[in-house]
Amino acid sequence: MTRSTKWLVPTLYILFLMLPIYGLVSMSFKTTTEILGGFSFFPQEFTLANYKVIFTDPTWYNGYINSIIYVVINTLLSVTVALPAAYAFSRYRFLGDKHLFFWLLTNRMAPPAVFALPFFQLYSAINLFDTHLAVALAHCLFNIPLAVWILEGFMSGVPKELDETAFLDGYSFSRFFIRIFIPTIAAGIGVTMFFCFMYSWVELLLAKTLTSVDAKPIAATMTRTASSSGYELGLLAAAGSLTIIPGAIVIYFVRNYIAKGFALGRV
Amino acid sequence: MHKTQNNKAWWLVVPVLILVAFNAFIPLMTVVNYAFQETFGDNVFFWEGTTWFEQVLRSPRFHASLIRQLVFTGMIIAIEVPLGIAVALTMPRKGPWVSVCLVLMALPLLIPWNVVGAMWNIFALPDIGLLGYTLNSMGIDFNFTRQPISAWMTTVVMDVWHWTSLIVLLCYAGLSSIPDDYYQAAHIDGASRWAIFRYIQLPKMKRVLTIAILLRFMDSFMIYTEPFVLTGGGPGNTTTFLSIDLVKIALGQFDLGPAAAMSLVYFLMVLLVCWAFYTIMMRNEEQ
Repeated sequence: MTRSTKWLVPTLYILFLMLPIYGLVSMSFKTTTEILGGFSFFPQEFTLANYKVIFTDPTWYNGYINSIIYVVINTLLSVTVALPAAYAFSRYRFLGDKHLFFWLLTNRMAPPAVFALPFFQLYSAINLFDTHLAVALAHCLFNIPLAVWILEGFMSGVPKELDETAFLDGYSFSRFFIRIFIPTIAAGIGVTMFFCFMYSWVELLLAKTLTSVDAKPIAATMTRTASSSGYELGLLAAAGSLTIIPGAIVIYFVRNYIAKGFALGRV
Repeated sequence: MHKTQNNKAWWLVVPVLILVAFNAFIPLMTVVNYAFQETFGDNVFFWEGTTWFEQVLRSPRFHASLIRQLVFTGMIIAIEVPLGIAVALTMPRKGPWVSVCLVLMALPLLIPWNVVGAMWNIFALPDIGLLGYTLNSMGIDFNFTRQPISAWMTTVVMDVWHWTSLIVLLCYAGLSSIPDDYYQAAHIDGASRWAIFRYIQLPKMKRVLTIAILLRFMDSFMIYTEPFVLTGGGPGNTTTFLSIDLVKIALGQFDLGPAAAMSLVYFLMVLLVCWAFYTIMMRNEEQ
């Protein structure tokens, strides 16, 4: 392929990615009659009514708040506990370390459908059903292994001399870890948080199973509304379009590290 | 990196261990419990031995969903990997367009999975959606709620749309770790485009590609929400993959015994393949 036509492949690919998103967004600005009346590429009677419903009806906007709450709790929790563990895996050999690491990864491989019912029973038994904490804890199942995996990759890229020099200078482990080590791998932590955010934000099966009213995520609100109130496609499209925004914001922040993060820090 | 032997490092792993074990062991034991016993409620259990396992392994319904699952996973890997490599190779390496490409390409990965399903449902609706309308007005008879082939094509294209970017980003990360000197040396030697790909770029991408295929295998084998929202497993059972079938048995029919046995068989299959991949990956890393 010559240099002049090289841009064609990524451009066509991005166009392919954007088309369904455009379909969704343009539908969110249409009235129900226009949607059901047939296909139109641009909204004919541009309306913000669908968005107005979402921003004024608590069952809708609470869905967003609930999702954000459990995603943030999960992200903070996962990264906090994964940091020391990833350090241990990247710096030391200890009894059963390789088995433990693989066992952690197996949890990333567990199909959520397998765990849906037992999770429901477990979190009901400990009275956490329908709380943000329940979803945040349940998402730890796959987010902690992922966080350990990514952080371990980033930490292995930091030379061990850094640790040794600090200890020679009389730093205690906790002081070294917080003052020196964490700032050194700040980019890695940012990327890990991004991934925890992402996987907790997009998951629905467990989030839906573990909530009914008080902590219901936006994604579940959408499925319910779609089935109960008939054919409100415009409303559904508006709610869907709004779920893209938080993702777009976090991608923007980590855009320079995102590729390395997807490679789990191992490039 | 040389690692020191230190069993005290276990203390650093304990918080992770407790949290993950809480979420993994107790539910897994519940599943095991149901898989070997029969219950009629009230926490009364009767030992059933391996009855449920035999039932599941012999059931044509399980075989059918397993075959659909394997075909689906095979198809999406066969499409996404070459496409991902092609896009990564042609992506700009430097300049302001890099960020634009990365952000736009990562966008599908951050959309909740049921929104992905709903979006493609809207996109593919025969009379109203952009894709459905275009195909039908081009004279192609397309209706994904009625025709199994249309439903399959839509599901596969949806997954390609959703996840190819993951492979692009991974390959891009691998490619950007190649120093410019390598390309200059290849240029001086008069290497062909193919030779550069085969002997410089592909070896550098080997490791990230293993991760990519591993992740795509795992996630596509567990796929539930997107096809469930898009087609509901239909028309008929034609797009009922393993997870959809499992949820139908467990929560739809409340057949807990067979569902639990199927869960374990299902989990073991994923585990086996991932273990093989993991071993290969670790061997590559040690080299």
